[in-house]
Amino acid sequence: MKQTDEKWCDNTRKNTVNLAYWTGAWVLTIALVSFGPKFLWNENNTVTIIAILVNLAIGIGVILANKRHLNSLDELQRKIQLEAMSLTLGVAVIFGLSYSMLDITNLISYDAEISHLVILIGLTYLAGTIIGNMRYR
Amino acid sequence: MKNRIKVLRAELDLTQAQLASKLEVSRQTVNAIEKGKFDPSLPLAFKLSNLFGKPIEEIFQNEV
Repeated sequence: MKQTDEKWCDNTRKNTVNLAYWTGAWVLTIALVSFGPKFLWNENNTVTIIAILVNLAIGIGVILANKRHLNSLDELQRKIQLEAMSLTLGVAVIFGLSYSMLDITNLISYDAEISHLVILIGLTYLAGTIIGNMRYR
Repeated sequence: MKNRIKVLRAELDLTQAQLASKLEVSRQTVNAIEKGKFDPSLPLAFKLSNLFGKPIEEIFQNEV
């Protein structure tokens, strides 16, 4: 039994670390695609396309790693993640569209960038996870 | 839903961490179930039932 218990904990830990590695690699490829054309390969389109394809491939790896991570969690941890995700989806759609409308109607002087939405999604998901963990502590 | 997990766990002289380990869940989950903050799934309730050697209805009581 002890071996099985340790196996479950080890599996969860392994999948969490694995997700972190995939996410880190994906962020690095985003930086590569963003800065590479100007600083590394002198706007060579072929290299840029390859870099984007690598980014896409690693992005698919992130999705699969996230799925494996969620499957390795227990039912309460999954519930916390589900609640954080539902909060994030709601906030992203509602605030994202409002933000976009502010841009379209020229009520804000700058462009509504997708990166702003990604930051909002990240912070909301983080807050949702912390709140969920506190609620079931 | 109320439950007697804390009492039954004490009878077996198990810590929350040890019970969590036997159930293959986190200690946080055992704590949340004991405090009635989280209702376990049927498979987890059966695991508890098998572990304590008692029927599910002796472990969990519906709050009216």
